[in-house]
Amino acid sequence: MVESGRGKGRAGAQLPSTRREVMRFAGALSLGSLLPCLAVRPARATPVSVKAAIATVIGDAKLNSGRVKLEIPPLVENGNTVACSVAVESPMTETDYVKAIHIFNEKNPQPNVISVKLGPRAGRAVIATRIRLSDSQTVTAIAQMSDGSFWSTSVEVLITLGACLEDPL
Amino acid sequence: MARSLIKVSPNPRRGEVMEIKTLISHEMETGFRHTNTGTAIPRDIITTFVATYNGEEIFAAQLYPAIAANPFITFYTVARDSGVLEFRWTGDNGYAVSEQVKITVA
Repeated sequence: MVESGRGKGRAGAQLPSTRREVMRFAGALSLGSLLPCLAVRPARATPVSVKAAIATVIGDAKLNSGRVKLEIPPLVENGNTVACSVAVESPMTETDYVKAIHIFNEKNPQPNVISVKLGPRAGRAVIATRIRLSDSQTVTAIAQMSDGSFWSTSVEVLITLGACLEDPL
Repeated sequence: MARSLIKVSPNPRRGEVMEIKTLISHEMETGFRHTNTGTAIPRDIITTFVATYNGEEIFAAQLYPAIAANPFITFYTVARDSGVLEFRWTGDNGYAVSEQVKITVA
């Protein structure tokens, strides 16, 4: 038992070196191939930066899910123009209305897409616009109510051809 | 120069929730693209859009580079009084365009 354990240990001790080599090789490869991209492409918004962007909007408030409906086609051919609409359940009265609607994405260079200010005069908390999406990703819509609560929903979108990938000028 | 299109019912009933569709021609250059020689193309986008109804703000939007070229925005408002709907787009490089639509509320 002990011996076989040792044997395993030795084999295990040998592995890291080969693994390290493999990783180093792979790292060098991927770095080499990545560098040109890095030079042209800026850093992308990541789930972390999305969280930060959302945090600047909602602060310490709790983010509830529901009440918001985000309509985006699930499969998009061209990310340069993606029709999208946000509808929020709200009576839109003087005392209970939607104050703001925000849309975020996680893979474009910037996490923000649009921020909209509404009021009780809107009558219906619905907006529609066309957005750019650089890659298949999750799009999040957040609504701020007049009572200070935040509601959100997320939708996954599959993009065949991302924005910003067309031939540069 | 800039061309904008506004679609709104010209004769809404009082209290009716009316849809307002706005479109403006603008390239919305993101600032994240580069030319073939590698020089960055500077950002040139519309950053804000504001709609007023007889001088009172009814809708405001802050736009980011993730808005597609020729920004198209649809929203709603309750028809109250006859008057003027004014739409203002402002953006990078001193971009400022405004458009007015007269409506008569029955």
